[in-house]
Amino acid sequence: MNSFEYASPNSLDAAIGLLDAKFGETEILAGGTDLVTCLKQNLVAPKRLVSLKGIPSLKGIDISGDKATIGAMTSLVDVLENKTLAKEFPALTQAIEAIGSPQILSMGTIAGDLCQRPRCWYYRQGFGLLGQEDGKSLIPEGDNRYHAIFGNAGPAYFVNPSAVAPPLIALGATLEITGPKSKTRQVPVAEFFRTPATADERENVLAANEVITKIVIPIRGMSNGTYEIRQRQGLDWPLVSASVAYGGKDGTKPEIVLGHVAPIPWRVPEAAAHLVKFAAIDVAASKAAEAAIKGAKPLSKNAYKVQLAQTAVKRAILAASGAKV
Amino acid sequence: MTSINWPPADKRKLIGKRIDRVDGPKKSSGAAKYSLDINRPEMLYGKILGSPIARGMLKSLDTSKAEALAGVEAIHVMKKVGDPINWAGEEIVALAATTEEIATEAIKLIKAEYDRTPPQMDDTDPAKGEGQKRERTDGMPDQGFKDAAFTSEGRYGAACITHCCLEPHGQVSAWTESGMKVWPSTQSVSGVAAQLTAASKLDASKIEVDCQNMGGGFGSKFGPGAVGAVGVELSKKAKRPVKLLLERDMELEIAGNRPSAYADIKVACDKEGKVTAWDSKSWGSSGVGNWGAPPLPYVFQFANRSTSSQGIKVNRGPVQAWRAPGHPQRCLITMSALEDLAAKAGVDALEFYLKNLDAAPENLRSTYAEELEIAAKLIDYKAKAHKRGDTTTGPIKRGLGISLHTWGGAGHASACNVTINPDGSVAVNIGTQDLGVGTRTCLGIVVGETLGLPLEAIEVNIGRNSYPADGASGGSTTIGGISSSSRRAAVAALDQLLKKVADELKITPDKLEAADGKIREVEHPDKSISWKDACKLLGQNSITEQGKHTAGPRTELTNSGVGGVQIADVSVDIETGIVKMNEIVAVQDCGLIIDLKTAESQVYGALIMGVTYALFEEAIYDPQTGRMLNPDMEFYRLAGLSDVGKLRVHMMTGDKYESRGVIGLGEPPVITPGAAISNAVANAIGVRVPTIPLTADRVLKALHSGGVA
Repeated sequence: MNSFEYASPNSLDAAIGLLDAKFGETEILAGGTDLVTCLKQNLVAPKRLVSLKGIPSLKGIDISGDKATIGAMTSLVDVLENKTLAKEFPALTQAIEAIGSPQILSMGTIAGDLCQRPRCWYYRQGFGLLGQEDGKSLIPEGDNRYHAIFGNAGPAYFVNPSAVAPPLIALGATLEITGPKSKTRQVPVAEFFRTPATADERENVLAANEVITKIVIPIRGMSNGTYEIRQRQGLDWPLVSASVAYGGKDGTKPEIVLGHVAPIPWRVPEAAAHLVKFAAIDVAASKAAEAAIKGAKPLSKNAYKVQLAQTAVKRAILAASGAKV
Repeated sequence: MTSINWPPADKRKLIGKRIDRVDGPKKSSGAAKYSLDINRPEMLYGKILGSPIARGMLKSLDTSKAEALAGVEAIHVMKKVGDPINWAGEEIVALAATTEEIATEAIKLIKAEYDRTPPQMDDTDPAKGEGQKRERTDGMPDQGFKDAAFTSEGRYGAACITHCCLEPHGQVSAWTESGMKVWPSTQSVSGVAAQLTAASKLDASKIEVDCQNMGGGFGSKFGPGAVGAVGVELSKKAKRPVKLLLERDMELEIAGNRPSAYADIKVACDKEGKVTAWDSKSWGSSGVGNWGAPPLPYVFQFANRSTSSQGIKVNRGPVQAWRAPGHPQRCLITMSALEDLAAKAGVDALEFYLKNLDAAPENLRSTYAEELEIAAKLIDYKAKAHKRGDTTTGPIKRGLGISLHTWGGAGHASACNVTINPDGSVAVNIGTQDLGVGTRTCLGIVVGETLGLPLEAIEVNIGRNSYPADGASGGSTTIGGISSSSRRAAVAALDQLLKKVADELKITPDKLEAADGKIREVEHPDKSISWKDACKLLGQNSITEQGKHTAGPRTELTNSGVGGVQIADVSVDIETGIVKMNEIVAVQDCGLIIDLKTAESQVYGALIMGVTYALFEEAIYDPQTGRMLNPDMEFYRLAGLSDVGKLRVHMMTGDKYESRGVIGLGEPPVITPGAAISNAVANAIGVRVPTIPLTADRVLKALHSGGVA
């Protein structure tokens, strides 16, 4: 870890003012569950850390009318323990519960979960965001057992690590993002992530001097759920996860989103189409699951993840329907 | 003279009872100090630069910028320019600085250039074997295969894993006026000093060693190693204490690993299920060192057998003894092949083992038979067992798997002093170590039992090389060594005290015994004096007697050669390949048990470690760069409590076992979980997953080749 300046402003404007327009100069500190590790491993080496912990307006949950608003700095455990959120958005709370670590749930924040860096072991071992050596990716011929099976034409092969992104996308959530001069924009979570083309780019559209302030989830009475497959029952990263939402009375389209299968949360609209109208949910679930893995292109060591993705989709749909999985 | 022999069962007050470990509260409250907790005035922090390449040569090295950094007090170059590099993480330079942060920054300032050679990393392909092929034939295997009714062939193996000690390797080293003092994390308190003479240029007698608590070694901490030695070098250069313990990544990369082992097995049996022939071709790797092929088959020495083996060199960190070296691999390969054969022959696995027990060592046959019966009863085998492949509907398939194992466990050479003071206090001094298994507690139990005193009356001092030398704790040798030496010391000291009392009472000492805090007449137990009053007779002179245990397979107090059986019950989700432990039952013999509770704990710990290597653990290296990809605790997975399922431990007791004397327990129960769990998975899903760990990718791959799916 290099020495750096630590700033703890108590207003959003002050925080944004302390952020540099270029990545690499400054980093935002939320819960720190990932950033501190990245600092220690020298994956990021900012000159200044800007903590958002002293800004009360970024915290809290508000449920009014047809939407739930969650402050960006709200801890994962506070989201998990909110009864209304659990009732309306089991897809979200199931995903958070599956994180499994009381420490991460207590320290980690919901926006921090969205912005955490990939767990790709080539990245974490110092081969850069794209896992390259001498300009060539190590991943296609390397150990890619946990890497992408979709969206992996290169140069990015990592998988998006966010637990809450798939359910938030499935639920149609929107982020409020504020930048310099209090300029605020709304970005659907579905459009927040992107696949970087170079190792210097980030995995989402947040500018270096922008801050996520809140997450807004519409309450539409949709059946929704998340199913996660992980090696260990205890704290572990999922091998694959799937979140679904369907049955909206307002004509909202069903949505199926896979996690940990691509550099971005992976939407499978063709699969979700099976949930528009169906006779029996188990049949629809199987059809959707089969459709979800069409187009998967496994790397040399991760073909098993295709089957996991199929299983996760089927079981997420069954979970959302209230059936026993 | 008091008899050296262990007291008979009806006289034992402490031995064999379920007794809490004496240091439990200190450990659970954090009061117990480990090497990492030791801080000294003016102490520096050491760090090591490891090689980023796995194979090649150090081309250039420039440490000037690191040296110039304020706060850097000592630098020690561990590799010269031109030296070969054989694995990633190999130590290049060590340095010590006033803070950890400065040390870390200084490491980054070192400029090292390397000539790279593509590393060899694959140890799964037998065609990559090199060097001598060892071959051996016993009996007439060809005839055995010809006569067989059923033949089964398969490939089995265990990937390379590390020790993943929660307390990393290393030590605090400090110069003193008379020499040096070190606080290592070690399995060999009495052996460290002799291994630091080269680095310190001091006589071993000038090096004081102190290790009061130890956080895991599993065979990888017999010596201070390069890490301990370089800590001494840095401390010598800086003339200040240095704390140098590895960080997690280097701990996993260079502090030791367990060799891989794979084998192609052909094994056959007659119509009844009696094995007629065995053939194995095995390979594996100990990194760049020579692979010591684990002898096959395991436990069962079938009359007709042929074996061959050949090692593979790969560029990964050095191997270290890993709890029961070779046995878990031998056990996995053998028991997997045997249960595959049993399934093919349509013979129930439990019956199959019983039928073939005449091929097991003669002295263990009845032990195994009894243990198999107990284990089967505990897991309700009859009700739960089914033919290979759970045919119930739904994706969750359940299965049982059996395995058995053996180990020596004779005590190591040991010397121990017992002192009885005129005030009645008793001290035990011995240069042993407590790896967390209850050695301290057991010493108190043996001496307390011998002197007729409660456990609390015995002060046990261990962990210093100024005490009488005790062997290294490895190979399940500690309990045999220390129970014997402390018993002998306590008996000798007691005899001195009895002489004093006898003189006072004007009788002969053989009429006296120590019991219930008194010295009393054997024939007239009501005629007694209290322990305290008896000790007052010593006047101003304490009694100190030394007991010695000489290593050997058998003494009047100790023995060797144990058998154990485990049965695992698992559920496998055939749509995800995830294996979940329902239960594992361990039935274990270890002769006379000193503390039933710590013995059971030892087995619980072994089961957790066994579930971990069966299901999760794998050291994963990049095939191109040779770098370890999971030198962390998120992808180098250890089992958590929710992963281990129900654990049930049954220790064999009773005169048949106890009359053998004390035998070690550290290794045996960790040998077999891999085999039992792999067998349970095969029983559940109807197909063998050839190699452990039994991860989702491996299980699904096996299912695609057959099974219930």
